[in-house]
Amino acid sequence: MYRDSVMQNVYLSIVLAPLAGAVIAGLFRNRISRGVAHWVAILGVAASTVLSLYVLYGFVAGELPVFNANIYTWATVGGWSFHIGFLIDHLSALMMAVVSFISLMVHIYTIGYMAEDPGYKRFFSYIALFTFSMLMLVMSNNFVQLFFGWEAVGLVSYLLIGFWFKRDSATFANLKAFLVNRVGDFGFLLGIAVILAYFGSLDYVQVFAAAGKVSTQTITVFADHPWSVLSLAAILLFVGAMAKSAQVPLHVWLPDSMEGPTPISALIHAATMVTAGIFMVARMSPIFEYSETALSVVLVIGAITAFFTGLIGLVQTDIKRVIAYSTLSQLGYMTVALGASAYSIAIFHLMTHAFFKALLFLGAGSVIIAMHHEQDMRSMGGLRKYMPITFITMWVGTLALIGFPGTAGFFSKDLIIEAVAASHIAGSTFAYWSVLLGVLITSLYSFRLLYLTFYGAEHMDAHTREQLSESPWVVWVPLVMLAIPSLLIGWLTVRGIVFGDFLSQALFVLPGHEALATLAEEFHGPGQFALHGLFGAPFWLAVAGFAIATYVYRQRPELAHRLKDGFGVVARILENKYGFDDFNQTVFARGAMGLGRALWRGADATLIDGALVNGSARSVGWASQVIRQLQSGYLFHYAFIMILGLLALLGFFVLL
Amino acid sequence: MIPLSHYLALGGLLFCIGVAGIFLNRKNIILLLMAIELMLLAVNMNFVAFSRFLGDANGQVFVFFILTVAAAEAAIGLAILVVLFRNRQSINVDEINRLKG
Repeated sequence: MYRDSVMQNVYLSIVLAPLAGAVIAGLFRNRISRGVAHWVAILGVAASTVLSLYVLYGFVAGELPVFNANIYTWATVGGWSFHIGFLIDHLSALMMAVVSFISLMVHIYTIGYMAEDPGYKRFFSYIALFTFSMLMLVMSNNFVQLFFGWEAVGLVSYLLIGFWFKRDSATFANLKAFLVNRVGDFGFLLGIAVILAYFGSLDYVQVFAAAGKVSTQTITVFADHPWSVLSLAAILLFVGAMAKSAQVPLHVWLPDSMEGPTPISALIHAATMVTAGIFMVARMSPIFEYSETALSVVLVIGAITAFFTGLIGLVQTDIKRVIAYSTLSQLGYMTVALGASAYSIAIFHLMTHAFFKALLFLGAGSVIIAMHHEQDMRSMGGLRKYMPITFITMWVGTLALIGFPGTAGFFSKDLIIEAVAASHIAGSTFAYWSVLLGVLITSLYSFRLLYLTFYGAEHMDAHTREQLSESPWVVWVPLVMLAIPSLLIGWLTVRGIVFGDFLSQALFVLPGHEALATLAEEFHGPGQFALHGLFGAPFWLAVAGFAIATYVYRQRPELAHRLKDGFGVVARILENKYGFDDFNQTVFARGAMGLGRALWRGADATLIDGALVNGSARSVGWASQVIRQLQSGYLFHYAFIMILGLLALLGFFVLL
Repeated sequence: MIPLSHYLALGGLLFCIGVAGIFLNRKNIILLLMAIELMLLAVNMNFVAFSRFLGDANGQVFVFFILTVAAAEAAIGLAILVVLFRNRQSINVDEINRLKG
């Protein structure tokens, strides 16, 4: 019913509006006031939010056709041409709406959070650019543009994590994020190269259509071990996703990214960046589906992440870091869902998680504002009577996170657990127990955070206590706006997204991987599912976590310390985050420095400087030192040499 | 009749004496000039011998030219020698090494 050209302009506007905001707020920041800076950025993102919601509505109502067109030819090299184009189907429409909505909330919240920061306009420029990059990524119709968005997101995250660039810890963290993402990007780029080599195209539609045909081909990576091309491509692409979506062992950058301002933590962890990997794998479902190996890898990596990073959250004392580890764990859940071929559940969890995790982060940010940028939970406590709105919305976020029946998180998380239970690929048993026990851990650290922050004795100093108050409206309005979908969105959309045919066109599931279909047979509406959830193991595990946390942190606060001493070794392992950081620091960072020093001393200083550059000069000097002896200044020497020359010439002519 | 080879041997001998004089002599620049003259005369000897032997008078004409030029050269050389002596108070070859860079 709509002409494509109209929709093309709509899609272009969705992408370009935040870019325009970013450019104006960024490049012209010396000419505009703070008010103008935040208004242009917010208007840009608001425009794309409204249009994205409109597009999403169009897809929900079935009025919009799938849009796939190249808009601009970026480059033509030999026989290849690289385009900028959009593939807008149900999956991208959903992602666009989530990304732009969360981003809009974060923009509004930023007005309050960054009010006193000298880099106010720069910050708005960056987050608007972040939104643009993420939209480019999700709306792309080819791998090159996907990679562009992928890198742009990485770049802006680098800028934002290091936003307070005068802090050493922030510059360390952003460098770390950048480098870890580079590792993933390397795999991702190789994956794209494999795709290009074997499919001869980088266009999604063409590649996906040919996936079945290519699935029988093999490639020899190491001698004599033929691999399925699709397995290799999928695993390489997943390496990229591991870095972006922070899966073990490439997760190390994410907790450190807490060095950035809180709004950006919310944006990175909820809507953009970390979800890019999940989205990418879901988008590539036709490739992953043909490779059982790749799915198993995805499943196991996700399960490890889901369980073990949650445990670290138990011992963190920085309020944002607890939530960061919770994000890692939840990303693990999404990855597990991808591995179980339940792509729609992964996307569903991505969406619900986006709402409640943004809520939790912004709530934590609200607490941090009230505490005058103190982030250590040990010096908080008893905040509930000072900040009621933050308190209630944090409760909502926590309930959604632990999967209390009826909340958004419940539907997505329970479905993931059941999808894994129904899956039969290698590693699914391990993954099942990981995600199941993960629920207990989630509940433990979530309530620990609530109790330490909002309940119990007040540990802050007197000066801070006098000034404690609820945050301004620009801060709490986004909290409320996010709390509502955190409660309701699961109930409203579970049928459509997971079990309906909403995503079935965009996602591809092989007939053998029917985990989702099994669930669909047992699904009889959200109400019954919620009711059923009350009797399921995950719910009681969450309750057990709640009970333990209540007992330890509410009833017997001194017990926590004794527990920590009792489990000294375990606590130390967790506080060291399983040694990943130390390992990277020792092996990679120190190793790279050692290698660099060896090359500097050995290759650069000795070989190039010493032997080649100074060496050639020195050999000229040495040669002239010798030849200079000839020039004695005595006439008879010269005459003698002349005679010798004459003899030589004569001899030459005579003998020849 | 004295064969050509004797003249040539004499010429070569005189030439070699001249050459040896140039770089064996370490004392006196005047001797140097004389050695150069001797080399020129040795060449002249060859010219004359060849001219006579081949019956071609051109060689002897050349000898006159060379003698003239050698006279002029000796005059210039002696003039330079005088200037040199005025500057350095010496015509000792061993002390004249200012051609060194």
